[in-house]
Amino acid sequence: MAQKAKTNGKVNGHHAHSHKTRVEATINGENVEFLCEPRQSLLEVLRDVLELTGSKEGCLTGDCGACSVIIDGRTVCSCLMFGVEADGKKITTVEGLANGAKLHPLQQKFLEDASLQCGICTPGFLMSAKALLDRNPNPSEAEIRYALAGNLCRCTGYDKIVHAVLDAAKVMQAGG
Amino acid sequence: MAESSNGHYKVIGTRPIRHDGIDKVTGRAKYGADYAFPGMLFGKVLRSPHAHAIIKSINVEKALKMPGVKAIVTAADLPEAEDKVEQVGEAAMNPRYLSMNILAHSKALYDGHAIAAVAATSPHIAEEALRLIEVDYEVLPPVMKVDDAMKKNATILLPNLRNKEEGDNPTNVASHLQFKRGDVAAGLKAADFVVEREFNTAMVHQGYIEPHNAVGIYNSDGQATIYCSTQGAFDVRSMCAQVLGVSVGKIKVVPAEIGGGFGGKTTIYLEPLSLMLAKKTGHPVKLVMSRSEVLRASGPTSGSKIKIKMGCTRDGKITGAEVWMAYEAGAFPGSPVGAGAMTILAPYNIDNFQVDGYDVVVNRPKTAAYRAPGATNAAMAAETVIDELAEKCGMDPIDFRIANACKEGTPQIVGPPYKRIGFIETVEAIKNSPHYKSELTGKNRGRGFAAGFWFNAGMQSSATVNIQTDGTASVITGSADIGGSRASMAMITAEVLGMDVTDVRPVVADTDSTGHTDVTGGSRTTFATGMAVYNAAQDVVRQLKERAAKTWEKKPEEVKFEDGKFSAEGEGIKPMNIKELAKRLARTGGPITGRAQVSTGGIGVGPAFAATCVDVEVDPDTGKVQILRCTVAQDAGKAIHPSYVEGQMQGGTAQGIGWALNEEYFYDAKGTLRNSGLLDYRMPTCLDLPMIETAIVEIPNPIHPLGVRGVGEVSIVPPPAAVANAIYRATGVRMTELPMSPPRLLKAMLENRRTHELQAAAAD
Amino acid sequence: MATAIIPSLMRKLTDGRDRVTVSGKNLREAIADLDRQFPGIANELIEDGDIRASIAVSIDGEVGANGVLDTIRESSEIHFMPQISGGS
Repeated sequence: MAQKAKTNGKVNGHHAHSHKTRVEATINGENVEFLCEPRQSLLEVLRDVLELTGSKEGCLTGDCGACSVIIDGRTVCSCLMFGVEADGKKITTVEGLANGAKLHPLQQKFLEDASLQCGICTPGFLMSAKALLDRNPNPSEAEIRYALAGNLCRCTGYDKIVHAVLDAAKVMQAGG
Repeated sequence: MAESSNGHYKVIGTRPIRHDGIDKVTGRAKYGADYAFPGMLFGKVLRSPHAHAIIKSINVEKALKMPGVKAIVTAADLPEAEDKVEQVGEAAMNPRYLSMNILAHSKALYDGHAIAAVAATSPHIAEEALRLIEVDYEVLPPVMKVDDAMKKNATILLPNLRNKEEGDNPTNVASHLQFKRGDVAAGLKAADFVVEREFNTAMVHQGYIEPHNAVGIYNSDGQATIYCSTQGAFDVRSMCAQVLGVSVGKIKVVPAEIGGGFGGKTTIYLEPLSLMLAKKTGHPVKLVMSRSEVLRASGPTSGSKIKIKMGCTRDGKITGAEVWMAYEAGAFPGSPVGAGAMTILAPYNIDNFQVDGYDVVVNRPKTAAYRAPGATNAAMAAETVIDELAEKCGMDPIDFRIANACKEGTPQIVGPPYKRIGFIETVEAIKNSPHYKSELTGKNRGRGFAAGFWFNAGMQSSATVNIQTDGTASVITGSADIGGSRASMAMITAEVLGMDVTDVRPVVADTDSTGHTDVTGGSRTTFATGMAVYNAAQDVVRQLKERAAKTWEKKPEEVKFEDGKFSAEGEGIKPMNIKELAKRLARTGGPITGRAQVSTGGIGVGPAFAATCVDVEVDPDTGKVQILRCTVAQDAGKAIHPSYVEGQMQGGTAQGIGWALNEEYFYDAKGTLRNSGLLDYRMPTCLDLPMIETAIVEIPNPIHPLGVRGVGEVSIVPPPAAVANAIYRATGVRMTELPMSPPRLLKAMLENRRTHELQAAAAD
Repeated sequence: MATAIIPSLMRKLTDGRDRVTVSGKNLREAIADLDRQFPGIANELIEDGDIRASIAVSIDGEVGANGVLDTIRESSEIHFMPQISGGS
């Protein structure tokens, strides 16, 4: 037993090297393969391993929504998921929202309606709003506020964000 | 491009898309935590778990041995700092205290106080290494409230702290200030109605969604670079130089995009640590605060105790006001009590007053500026007491304000008379709003009104405008863009040069690339940097006139510039716009750069007022307050980009509502912060707020070429008082504590109900 | 002659007076004159040859940027105020 403890890679009780796991996922429509430690969150993997820094870290406890991504049609806080759990999943991040150089109507309306000031919460809001409009193309103001209640913004007071989602919904309904 | 909101401007007053917008909606924009460099290490900070303790020893040996750990720093690695007050940035601060806040010297002074910093090959290893650092603390009793800190024989936080009045006695009161006019005792005696109340407001945080960050790079020749999200790259540079004992020229600060600041990112926390670790390891080092660290260890704003006594005649004229206020400075001196004292009565013309303010240290994080620092606490007290006086006089609350309003020529609290200001116009904008004119019906509902004031600062800014070979322009400033200001800089440039705003590229430059520019804060950016940009663009026009003159063999005075075209009298002279003239630049003297620097003075260069009206519904069984409708009016002087002015008004209002209803720091008896996360530090969500209606008032600022007044701050000042006044009308209860959270409000409502029941029973 | 408005907590150094007439073409000279009339008050206002960092001075309603070199006119009003910082 003592012999085994010596060779398990620990120094002073701590792992010197964590074992990395190979993960395969589809991110923004592309098949992606990466290595990550089991203790790395999906947010950390996106930002530090895959260099997709569009998803932001605001709280690491799932309270601010700045790290929101879309997985299988649902908004998920990527800080609350491990990177290894992404195996086999289809993930959309803010980097995948535009269609090549053509902005998504949500992105366009956020710009026209001045719905961002510092912009740090914007990627998270865009993800939550897209997930909403994909399942409810004609939401009321109340439905929008309910769906976006998991995304915190400290700059705008939310007024222009809600307007942008209403405006984008109109454009998308008209086939834009 | 949308229609201009007023006649003679083509670009100013329109709402173009901001130049950095596409980067921000696609995730391309780089914020401080997004930077990565080859060989970069990750840093983490060990923080005191005790609110108040002597640090007897720090042992980092075990932690250093951990594989992956490359360096550890403590206060022992910092040079001795001077103990004096210095002008650093827009604030006066003591370098010794700044150094002690970066890394604790002999004492830990709050839960979260930085003790040591580790650099390692992964953030996880750095975090694990923290647990191996051994610190021997001698725990002392924590002092958490101003009441306790000001008691005789209170436990002393800073053994060397003295104030003028207590001579050589150790104290927790860092300073006392006073403003006095007339005879307040006589003034109160002459009143028909007097209201006296005591308020307690809780410590709150700016709540920016982006935590503090810094990446430090140190070259062997001593030149260092810091990438960080900051409101003031030049201040980061001078403060780091101060703390590290190096000259300012050795540090370059590159401002990353910033995810919110509200004043909280005008100081330094991680930046010097990143350089110290970069120097020790020879690698770039990135540090990012967790949310818990942000709340525990970065400057919130003061909680306060405010006692106010105010009197008025029965026809609504205020005759006297007496104020005693004590603000929590946190672990080191420097609360915004001065601003609180100067703003509390600022909107009114009062002949007799005395305001005493105390800056008090307590075992909480060192406070930092938060949007109109000090003013919101003060307005909670003054604007609710004024509401009570108005009610006693049977007057509409807005009419009461107008009856006592300051105008051009009214002396300010510290004396010099106001220039042209828009207080009356701002409160009238609410009076004439569809919201105020509408009827509010229904049970448990009430409407509240409050006003607010902020000085707005000026200070220094530099700007450069370059004309490119195709006749487009770039405008370079050092003002970090936290709310869309770079768009306004481009708009001002475009207006002066007669160009499309899309032909102007705004750049936020680092400290090597542009002249000294003070913080983006104090509502000064559009005012002062805008002024520098305006002047730099005018400099370009002057130079272009010389070039056109050369081309036409005329004198520069004979060249006219109108509607974007240069022209002159003469045979065969055809007018040219900048794009056409740009083709001639190489042959007429070379490239054109316009430059300007302004030093516009300190505070009060464009005072601004805000007024807020809010309708609430209170649940009688839970004390939960719902905001039904909200309107904010604000005097912007001249709105360069109306959408972003509205954005500032709405954002400040939302923060004020959070301050009013839910936000507070909750410390336990040991002085440990119990709600250091965003679930329990409860900020407003989308679901908590309605649309926020805005009314921009434009009373031009006489000292600015475009009439601009600062807009970033004042909207946060009235909401807590407006909500308190609305709660009174909905429930009959006057709240004197912030936040007016459900448990507190419910308790007050139940007590109120009991009192009324007892009175009714006694009357039978 | 210019007028210096004395902050209330400094009035004990000026025999309780809130307004004192001073002469000088800039702030340095005006404060020197003030100190001649009421010795000791310069120490409250000046440190290391310039205005204390914790104090802002307003001359005729404008907060100047030149410290003790700010110019004074014949009928100027000089106010001494605490230095304030902003947020936003």
